[in-house]
Amino acid sequence: MPIQILMPALSPTMAEGNLARWLKKEGDTVKAGDVLAEIETDKATMEFEATDEGILGKILVPDGTQGVKVNQLIGLILEEGEDASALTAAGAAGAVNLGGVAAPVTPVATKPTPVTAAATATATAPGTRIFATPLAKRIAKDAGIELAQLAGSGPHGRIVKHDVEQAISSGVTKPAAAAPVAAAAPAKAAPAPVPEFGPAYTEVPLTSMRKVIAKRLTEAKQTVPHFYLTVDIELDKLLALRADLNGRSDAYKLSVNDFIIRAVALGLKKVPAANASFTETAIRLYTDVDISVAVATPAGLITPIIKHADQKGLAAISGEMKTLAVKARDGKLKPEEFQGGGFTISNLGMFGVRDFAAIINPPQGCILAVGAGEQRAVVKDNALAIATVMSCTLSVDHRVVDGAIGAEFLAAFKKLIEEPLTMLL
Amino acid sequence: MSQTSFDLIIIGSGPGGYVAAIRAAQLGLKTAVVEREHLGGICLNWGCIPTKALLRSSDIYRNMQHAGAYGLAVQGASFDLSKIVARSRGVAAQLQSGVKHLLKKNKVTVFDGHAMLAGPGKVAVTKDGKPVADLTAKNIILATGARARVIPGMEPDSKLVWTYKEALVPDTMPKRLLVVGSGAIGIEFASFFNALGAETTVVEVMDRVLPVEDAEISAMARKSFEKQGMKIITSASVTKLDKSANEVTVTVEAGGKTQAITVDRVILAVGIVGNVENLGLEGTKVVVEKTHVVVNQWLETGEPGVYAIGDIAGAPWLAHKASHEGVIVVERIAGVADVHPLNTRNIPGCTYCHPQVASVGLTEAKAKEKGYAVKVGRFPFIGNGKAIALGETEGMIKTVFDAKTGELLGAHMIGAEVTELIQGYMVAKTLETTEADLMHAVFPHPTLSEMMHESVLDAYGRAIHF
Repeated sequence: MPIQILMPALSPTMAEGNLARWLKKEGDTVKAGDVLAEIETDKATMEFEATDEGILGKILVPDGTQGVKVNQLIGLILEEGEDASALTAAGAAGAVNLGGVAAPVTPVATKPTPVTAAATATATAPGTRIFATPLAKRIAKDAGIELAQLAGSGPHGRIVKHDVEQAISSGVTKPAAAAPVAAAAPAKAAPAPVPEFGPAYTEVPLTSMRKVIAKRLTEAKQTVPHFYLTVDIELDKLLALRADLNGRSDAYKLSVNDFIIRAVALGLKKVPAANASFTETAIRLYTDVDISVAVATPAGLITPIIKHADQKGLAAISGEMKTLAVKARDGKLKPEEFQGGGFTISNLGMFGVRDFAAIINPPQGCILAVGAGEQRAVVKDNALAIATVMSCTLSVDHRVVDGAIGAEFLAAFKKLIEEPLTMLL
Repeated sequence: MSQTSFDLIIIGSGPGGYVAAIRAAQLGLKTAVVEREHLGGICLNWGCIPTKALLRSSDIYRNMQHAGAYGLAVQGASFDLSKIVARSRGVAAQLQSGVKHLLKKNKVTVFDGHAMLAGPGKVAVTKDGKPVADLTAKNIILATGARARVIPGMEPDSKLVWTYKEALVPDTMPKRLLVVGSGAIGIEFASFFNALGAETTVVEVMDRVLPVEDAEISAMARKSFEKQGMKIITSASVTKLDKSANEVTVTVEAGGKTQAITVDRVILAVGIVGNVENLGLEGTKVVVEKTHVVVNQWLETGEPGVYAIGDIAGAPWLAHKASHEGVIVVERIAGVADVHPLNTRNIPGCTYCHPQVASVGLTEAKAKEKGYAVKVGRFPFIGNGKAIALGETEGMIKTVFDAKTGELLGAHMIGAEVTELIQGYMVAKTLETTEADLMHAVFPHPTLSEMMHESVLDAYGRAIHF
């Protein structure tokens, strides 16, 4: 059975490439390590080396073919003792895979992953000096990235800091071996230095979601000048209204959170300056009221969006939120369902948290942290009374929203919650 | 009329324009430069170079006064202001003819006159209102530079209230001088006149002198200026100028208090505005914001084929930034591979006051503000053998590293010859070296540059000589 030559993945993010030219002709003897062909990716032209010995029996994808999918069959090598007749059968079998989507399982799966081996061999062929700046080398080392995977953008193709940082942000990490879809796949974190006498531990590799959370929230906390405003809001009227509304129909079951979403939406309508982002050149005022709602999932935090929340009634918000939350937990949100939004709500009330300050979800200007509604002693008309009170803390990016605007928004929000009938207007 | 069709027309022949023109010629572009005043622009005629000539005179004069410290005797040290000025003008003239020669050698066509955009790909040149030439080119670079900013109510009058232009050719040595603004321009003139004996006051609106520099450097500079007899008022603004025949009473407001200071001359150095007028920008897609042309990272304006470089394209207002931008634009037009946008963090700044100040990259405060965990190194001149031998023990070299990656984020220097030292860190930054490479580098002994090594070592707790 001839050995199949498959289109290699020369970088973890490569999904397809161009077969620039074959350096061996049909009938040429091939040794492991010989350069078979030149493959072009969007980043660079790389040499594709053979990992097997034999005779190049058939070229199936000719020179200059564009857009060859990774793992597509591009040629066949005859092993010792095989003759050309073997090609016909193999070619037919391989044809199934022709033009197919890059599939990790290939007819040669019994062999130890030749694609990977080829990619690695090419990338780190001994004697090939990789030009990279000292800073690029260090950042790559710390991030566990093989420099050989990267294309340099500096003078004479030297790898510079920018190239490594871009690779990190696009999710390239050490195991270049990963499938062609590596960008989306969870990648292993660089092994942390093991302290000799430290406590025992196990390591959970970072998922790409966890990395994004880490990066964005670190960036937010470190670069966004946060300030915090807290208000206590009485919930009794809202709870009564909720019970009343929920008692009228089985078609919906409104949660306190649904009321909060609507109140935030109407509050932003009243104080549009709080529905904004900071950019280097301008304050971006959102014309739509799109509200991100933080949802905890097993993989991490995600913020599906209720779009045009100001134009939706409580039942509509409630229904949409339930659907989005299920999708979020199942990891089925589409990008447009969680990317964007002008304002975020994070509610930890169901866990009994009284009050907390959330980290801003960049590039948004504000995030509202909602605590639990609980019975508290309040003073009303010079006498102690019991009321159900919830504390809400607004975290604000001071570059976009000043204290007075934040306070004005919170006042509007508080009024809507405390007089919930006004929400129905 | 001669040849009027070019590959590239450059309006303005300052350090942005003439460098762009020479690079364009090297790359085979048929290039024209239009200059309304003098080749070399402000930098060479009324800025960087002639001020350095003046400051050289005041530095030597200062050294003469301290001759005793070196075992030398100088009697009756004095100066002739008109000769100092004449030397400065001579230096400018020499360089201007140098630029003229370079442009000629590179076969760049120079038009003497005022240029205006006259439709897509068209430039009209006039001289004293009369048409000189109508030029066409696919690419046009605006490199018209900038001029001193004027505050309403405090307009310079060329006599009592000067800008850099009058201050460069003073007809008289003011006994009492007030400088408004303590940026590079203001502080250099303050240094010059103070060294020559003027009773000098500097008024700065920010809370420190040289406000763009690292706060520690600013503080050291202020202390040194005050030791030299300069009076410095910060967090202050000038609210009124009352002129009489040969003096000006300046009302300065600081910390809620108002004081009146009477001086012979006032120098205004409160920033610059771009030369965006009468360029025919109206009706084009070129956007002007706060007197500067808006450009992207490739220096492209909103109008296809029209670029802007240097001061007219915004801060930092430095000759070397203009030159580099010019080269970037030209190389892109010529299709040179591997052209990179200018990394604004890698533009050094130098101020030639006494002591000199030079810096590149982020200040310590800026680095922290950007969220870096930093390692900071400092090394004082007093710890350096060469500095002691020179009798220049005042000053410091400060380095700021990213603690995580060892990237040199910024370097800040004050002291003798630091404007010549900063390039070492510049090369290091451009090559993206880390602290390790700087530590491995062998610095020659005995030099001031050893302090650059020591400052890096100090950032990692390893300084040897302090």
